[in-house]
Amino acid sequence: MSHSLPSFAGYGLGLRREHYRDFLETEVPVDFVEVISENYMVDGGQPRHILRQLRERHPVILHGVSMSIGSADGLKDAYLRRLRTLADEIQPLYVSDHVSWSRFAHFNSHDLLPLPYTEETLEVVCRNIHHAQEALGRPMLFENPSSYVSFAASAMSEAEFLAEMTRRTGCGLLLDINNVFVSAHNHGWDAEAYLRDIPPQCVRQIHLAGHTEGDGMLIDSHDQPVPGGVWSLYAKAIASFGQVATMIERDDNIPPLAELLDELAMARGFGRHLQEAA
Amino acid sequence: MLAQMQQNFQDWLVHAGNDTPSLLGLHATRGLAAYQNNYRTQLVNCLRASYPQLLAWMGEEAFLAVAIAHIDSHPPSAWTLDAYGADFGDSLRTLYPHNPDLRELAWIEWALSDAFVAADAATMALAQLAEVDWDAAHLQLAPSLRQHTLTTNAAVIWSALVDGVAPPEAQMLEVPAGVIVWRREFTSRLMQVDAIEHAALLALRDDDRFDALCAALVEELGEQDGVARAGALLANWIGAGLVVGVSAVG
Repeated sequence: MSHSLPSFAGYGLGLRREHYRDFLETEVPVDFVEVISENYMVDGGQPRHILRQLRERHPVILHGVSMSIGSADGLKDAYLRRLRTLADEIQPLYVSDHVSWSRFAHFNSHDLLPLPYTEETLEVVCRNIHHAQEALGRPMLFENPSSYVSFAASAMSEAEFLAEMTRRTGCGLLLDINNVFVSAHNHGWDAEAYLRDIPPQCVRQIHLAGHTEGDGMLIDSHDQPVPGGVWSLYAKAIASFGQVATMIERDDNIPPLAELLDELAMARGFGRHLQEAA
Repeated sequence: MLAQMQQNFQDWLVHAGNDTPSLLGLHATRGLAAYQNNYRTQLVNCLRASYPQLLAWMGEEAFLAVAIAHIDSHPPSAWTLDAYGADFGDSLRTLYPHNPDLRELAWIEWALSDAFVAADAATMALAQLAEVDWDAAHLQLAPSLRQHTLTTNAAVIWSALVDGVAPPEAQMLEVPAGVIVWRREFTSRLMQVDAIEHAALLALRDDDRFDALCAALVEELGEQDGVARAGALLANWIGAGLVVGVSAVG
């Protein structure tokens, strides 16, 4: 691999179609923009054109949802080639995906499904990460998932799994604070202990998002503002990891851009507070 | 172990049975329903987003019934969720065998979306044409071009739905009609074409030589009209961005 993972302590937003015009026609005060890779892994047309225009204005992070890094039968080279073509053109700040699986054999659920945290899973995931990083010619970031079930076979905690995964592969972490909050609630974990088990030097990016509650479970719906509990956990996270690329992730019930910028301003405020306290 | 769990999990997602969770080796299963719900909701939403006019034409209840049947019979396999609705027409044919307007409307919507992200084509400089040896010229069609033969007035229905006016009743056409979909710059377009143009564009996929096009049209229309029609078609195709390159390379 010819690239390394840069450090970048800026504040950004996930680009959604509802805000294309804002981003292309006005000066949006963000330090980077994250896009869903698959939306732009197309042959041509307006999506690629918009991304090229956007790239002229901002650093871009390619965030994927379909690599399926936990697939026991490996990764699809055709997918990796498409992603490589996009990454070579866009020269992203980071390329990321999730610690989950969505595809096995010919079936693709298009959902981020949970993994048991076992040595076998670790070997599969690390083998796949090596494959992906070689194919892309760059190290990647992987995001902790939110989960609603746990496996009897799990032999280590999620944080221990992520730490060992980064150690074996050299990948970085995209830490989704909302996912930590959601999974900790659903499984009765200690969210702060989770953060303590994450190797600080591996965290390159943070996602902040909202969730909904139903039937005693929290669902990672990304359709609400970032709630207070997630902000509190974020403050503890950056106290441990320092300021890293931080963004608001909203996938549904998309509000006007100004509302997301207000949330981003809150994140910046936490960062400033951390600097002043140092 | 991991492979078996993933096989069991996907079987459970697809068949929605009650007995499979025990095969997944789960410690806590309370949240398992969230995955089943996410899987199905996401696929229904994908179909709704892919076929907005068909949804309006069929109505919510009928569309949802086909969507559910489609999800049960066509588990997703493509690398991207956006490709999931590609064979929705199969389910429409199965459930509504006597309503070709439905699958033809679906074809139109899918082709428009497909063309929207098809490969870009270079813009052709008109100055290029002055130097072309037409006897040896090859025509390059736009990568976004899709063609279909309609048996119903689905194109008229689609246009009315998009324009927000009352669509006509579905009708069989007296004679099947060709339609083309392609993208010009960033906009996908739908156009009905006559039988001669439809056949000419289809033939170009197998033989892209301009003189073969002329020969076919001369055989169909006679020497004078055939050559004139070939010239007129080519001029229109270049103007509309349907032909995006002319080369003499053999």
